[in-house]
Amino acid sequence: MSIVRVLVGTRKGAFLLSSDGKRDKWDVSGPHFAGWEIYHVKGSPADPNRLYASQTSGWFGQVIQRSDDGGKTWFQPGTPPGEPTAGPGGMPKGESNKFVYDTSAETGKPLTTHQFYDGTQHPWEFKRVWHLEPSHSDPDTVFAGVEDAALFRSTDGGVSWHELAGLRGHGTGPKWQPGAGGMCLHTIIQDAKKPNRIYIAISAAGAFRTDDGGKTWRPINRGLRSQYIPDPEAEVGHCVHHVALHPSRPDVLFMQKHWDVMRSDNAGDSWHEVSGNLPSDFGFVIDVHAHQPETIYVVPIKSDGEHFVPEGKLRVYRSRSGGNEWEPLTKGLPQRDCYVNVLRDAMAVDTLDSCGVYFGTSGGQVYASSDAGDSWNPIVRDLPAVLSVEVQTLP
Amino acid sequence: MIRVILPPHLRSLARVNGEVVLEVEGRVTLRSALDALEVSYPMLRGTIRDHVTQERRPFLRFFACSEDYSNESLDVALPQAITAGEEPLLVIGAIAGG
Repeated sequence: MSIVRVLVGTRKGAFLLSSDGKRDKWDVSGPHFAGWEIYHVKGSPADPNRLYASQTSGWFGQVIQRSDDGGKTWFQPGTPPGEPTAGPGGMPKGESNKFVYDTSAETGKPLTTHQFYDGTQHPWEFKRVWHLEPSHSDPDTVFAGVEDAALFRSTDGGVSWHELAGLRGHGTGPKWQPGAGGMCLHTIIQDAKKPNRIYIAISAAGAFRTDDGGKTWRPINRGLRSQYIPDPEAEVGHCVHHVALHPSRPDVLFMQKHWDVMRSDNAGDSWHEVSGNLPSDFGFVIDVHAHQPETIYVVPIKSDGEHFVPEGKLRVYRSRSGGNEWEPLTKGLPQRDCYVNVLRDAMAVDTLDSCGVYFGTSGGQVYASSDAGDSWNPIVRDLPAVLSVEVQTLP
Repeated sequence: MIRVILPPHLRSLARVNGEVVLEVEGRVTLRSALDALEVSYPMLRGTIRDHVTQERRPFLRFFACSEDYSNESLDVALPQAITAGEEPLLVIGAIAGG
């Protein structure tokens, strides 16, 4: 029977939640890395026992963790416990935590400044890894989206990291600016049909696409409209919160923007709004049903200043028509006195026949639906605030 | 041989309990102590000093024999009591509480 493993990153550690395919009884493992912020944990599609985790702290910086046994044990890539402290050739270990922006001549640009909150130019400063995206085909290749926004890649299992500097260097970098959560590259999507195509998204810059494996990039923000920036239809500067696609149809993208739920049918070349009848078109998460490419999910949030669910009701909204027409999904979710948030990386789906949908809240609950959202149950209720949720469906 | 006390987060990262004991060759300074620490515990690279600049991370402080060495040069000699292992070098997260 299949096994479902939910990888949860929280403000105070990581948790792994496991169940069989019935998804009614769960084992909880954790906290792993107790006390540290775990922005993201994700498994390799090519080797499900290979997990990567971003462990971070405002005091102590960035740490990359890796597991090769499905989360039972963890180590920093290149520095397994008890092994010599220098690698072959004398390369010092501990390099796996090192994210250094590329300023080489090959990038062709002085990659030094972006726009700060006050409109002045500000140097890029590495803060943390928001998102780790393992390659579809190689367990040792993994992408990292970081704050201040840039894309890094490791091809040695996380031992060393190198920036794909063409993204920051393509020309619009000086117009990127931080959102409320910082200037973060939070979304990385590989096109399963075109290996050289990758989508990324940045708050607050927008969405970008490469068609040559990360060497060159261009903004894909035509059709986005953001009232809170000087030119609402600017090429960059949009606060994109998350982007999702169905692997079978990688040219169709769904976006939860700061405000507005958007759709593109041409790989991001243009976008149109599909917010429809949502009670609030602000939100963070968006995801797609594993088997129905036109079925999508969002969690409306009240904003700008409040960042909790509207009317004290936690409601997932589902559209079966790829947007515009939405239905609230409330069975099993609190419908009074609830004031949680659901952050951008905190929703995921499994691939079982009856698609499971999962999300985590700022109140520490992780909810699961084994019937595509019709009904919900909490797997856990009292974790630290949830930052990210990923799901593995194991044979 | 010197003794170093790390903040709890770094003890868990380095998988140690209590104090860390290090052999430091030559003159004992913050730099030589931290170098020795990172050789024995490479997972701590970048967590106390910035990977690139090798400067102290902003929210960490160093104390030796009740004296604040946070803003001293990394090459200032540490007190004899630290060198002799009689007192520990303290690496502290700059948090008053809360």
